[in-house]
Amino acid sequence: MKWILVSIIVLATTAGEVLQALGMRHHGEIHDFRPGALGRVASALAQSWHIMASIGAMAVSFFAFMSLISIAELSFAVPATAASYILETIFAKYMLKEHIGWKRWTGTLLVASGVVLLAVE
Amino acid sequence: MTSPVKALELKTRIFTAIVVLTNVLGNSFLSRGMQSVGELLSLSPLPYIRALFNPWVALGVSLLIVWLLSHMALLSWADLSYVLPVTSIAYVLVALVGRFLLHEHVSPARWVGITLIMAGVTLVGHTAPRTHTPQKRVVSV
Repeated sequence: MKWILVSIIVLATTAGEVLQALGMRHHGEIHDFRPGALGRVASALAQSWHIMASIGAMAVSFFAFMSLISIAELSFAVPATAASYILETIFAKYMLKEHIGWKRWTGTLLVASGVVLLAVE
Repeated sequence: MTSPVKALELKTRIFTAIVVLTNVLGNSFLSRGMQSVGELLSLSPLPYIRALFNPWVALGVSLLIVWLLSHMALLSWADLSYVLPVTSIAYVLVALVGRFLLHEHVSPARWVGITLIMAGVTLVGHTAPRTHTPQKRVVSV
């Protein structure tokens, strides 16, 4: 059961964050942080299917994570989701067309291996 | 006058800090609340809704909503491949809080993990937060 929940979390987190990045990219940079302007941002984002689908995927990931930490230690739950780093970086390169140079790849791999090592008692 | 590049970097740092702090505090409160709620494995929404009435769970969920909104704002200008590794400094904070405030044991392997994450965050932190070209508004000529 633990590992089924981990797979759901990894897939839903990746889908959620990539869709969120796509939706925000389409929206464009937020410059104005006054309440009125933020209200207009919120209503624009509510009409973006990327953002709505992303919130759906993140809700799935969130409830699966809540279930996981109710049956397993947090020190198991958090590192088990490290696979999403690699998956998301691949999507960032090919779908979001981000430039991922050696610094970014090396840094991401260091972070992912570090997260896995955090699980070792 | 600050240059646009400096302004973007400052904005990125401020939002990264908000994302990291709300993530760490939100998950800690949520985890603390879940320990008193007990096992939660259900397809029905009712047990989850009942869990929200636990004050720690409610506080955790509120902070995670702030986390979601600041994460969205950050992604409106910064790369996902930048935000993802850089915000994982949150794991280091969780481990350090566990060690120094909760007096948990941190194994040598975990210290290596903490060091690797810090090295990775430093490396990615030295890249430009935005490598994609911002979308141009369509202008008719």
